[in-house]
Amino acid sequence: MENILTITNLNKKFGTVHAVNNLSLNIKKGNVYGILGPNGSGKSTTLGIILNVVNKTSGDFTWFDGSISTHEALKKVGAIIERPNFYPYMTAVQNLELVCKIKNISTSKIDEKLKTVNLYERRNSSFQTYSLGMKQRLAIASALLNDPEILILDEPTNGLDPQGIHEIREIIKRIASEGTTILFASHLLDEVEKICNYVIVIRNGIKLYDGRVDEITTSHGLLELKVNAKEQELLEQLPSFYGIESVKIEDGVIIAILNQDVSASEFNQLLIEKGFALSHLVKRKPNLEQQFLTLTK
Amino acid sequence: MIRLLSIEFFKLRHNRASKVLVIFYFGLLSCIALISAIEVNLGPINFKLAEQGLFEFPLIWHFNTYFAAILKFFLLLVIVSMVANEYSNKTLKQNLIDGLSKKEYVLSKFYMVVAMSLASTIFVFIVSLILGLIYSTDKSVSMIFTDLEYLVAFFIKLISFFSMGLFMGIWIKRSAFAIGALFILYIIEGFVGLFISFSLDRETTAFIKSTFPFNSSESLIPNPIPRLEGVQEISNQLGGVYAQSYDVPIFNVIVSLVWSALFIYGAYALIKRRDL
Repeated sequence: MENILTITNLNKKFGTVHAVNNLSLNIKKGNVYGILGPNGSGKSTTLGIILNVVNKTSGDFTWFDGSISTHEALKKVGAIIERPNFYPYMTAVQNLELVCKIKNISTSKIDEKLKTVNLYERRNSSFQTYSLGMKQRLAIASALLNDPEILILDEPTNGLDPQGIHEIREIIKRIASEGTTILFASHLLDEVEKICNYVIVIRNGIKLYDGRVDEITTSHGLLELKVNAKEQELLEQLPSFYGIESVKIEDGVIIAILNQDVSASEFNQLLIEKGFALSHLVKRKPNLEQQFLTLTK
Repeated sequence: MIRLLSIEFFKLRHNRASKVLVIFYFGLLSCIALISAIEVNLGPINFKLAEQGLFEFPLIWHFNTYFAAILKFFLLLVIVSMVANEYSNKTLKQNLIDGLSKKEYVLSKFYMVVAMSLASTIFVFIVSLILGLIYSTDKSVSMIFTDLEYLVAFFIKLISFFSMGLFMGIWIKRSAFAIGALFILYIIEGFVGLFISFSLDRETTAFIKSTFPFNSSESLIPNPIPRLEGVQEISNQLGGVYAQSYDVPIFNVIVSLVWSALFIYGAYALIKRRDL
């Protein structure tokens, strides 16, 4: 598949802080990537570097297999970083016209994109009169102007109210469904889980995981159980049962991690045969959040 | 180049504060014509400026460029705010993300400086030409087009002054502080000049001072007042002898251009090195 962005051994140091540590990545056309990491993990710095606003300390990155220079490549990219930055005294239309001038494209798509983000009615109001949600939507319209090869979004729902978050997510989902490659940084896991099919987990500038979202979330799950009596005996016997990988006890609940596909009813049957009466049995699939917390521990 | 200039012009065109300042500036430039109506009435000394020969070709070129240059502060405000605001609005960052290179960004600002200087020069040329045609006694073509080097000096003076403002705006990132820094630099230059004049002879002092950024551009157009007939009369009466040269000093032209290049390159180096 076509490479859109390749990052090799990228490093960024701010004084003694190693914000991006030997990061390598490959972004391929047609996928939706999520960069996950706690605040201050180096997500925004990485995006800043590939977007030409932060200088790298060492390492390399190439756009479109290095066929064009970074600033030429950025004309084919749509990007939103942290907060929407526009000229406060210009209207939405004027701001977008300026972006078209910079990207060297025609202004014919402005109306269409403003309609996409529901700002068409307010197109002639100056940017400074917009609410944060509207500003963020204008930023998305601006990023879409050139029908970009890749859309880069850095925490696009940060600071928005639930209504605004919902609107932005719907817009992103729609764009993703149209086949646009998206690189999406967030610390909100359900957001990434809902939108992305690839995930990259970063902490302290180090890449911890890089792979499909369904791979990270599909393990065989775990069982939560409680017994009123013979708890110690159960704990001793459990590891020898079929399909159990490990056992631990958390807040008075026994947690058995599975390495085979075992259903809750099969397991219950087995325990009854062995003479254990359960007061609580739940089978869970770990979600991205639990996996993420395990990874970034 | 056209693209960069049109980007820059677009940003300026929609900014009301800048537009007002630019209109005000050109309005004031046209007001040079009003000088013709000034009458000086100091007891025994009584003369009308228009009759002192300052609107005679070719003196008018010297006189008008000298006074028009005082108004450059209005455009300086526009230039400084057009770079400093891009920092406070973070639009510089957005411009780069949208695909402008750092070099193109600095070039677009520099082209704007050149465009503004050129527009001012052409404007002063037209105003002076009209005034000259009204008041001058000798309207022969050779007379009209004598001493046009003052316009070139005016152009370079504006470029070097605005380049300094551009650099300060990018360096300091805040309009008000950038203007303040320019003022402080001006004072420091004055003090250094004063300090070296104590220890060195007059000629060396003058030479060193003419390499300073403010001084080199300020003295591109020498003060034309002593050239006026009325002033010459007074000075003759007082026994003073004015034997100074009124030519545009070539050395200052070179120094000013070198400073402009340094400031523009410095602005680029700053932006290139900075993480935004």
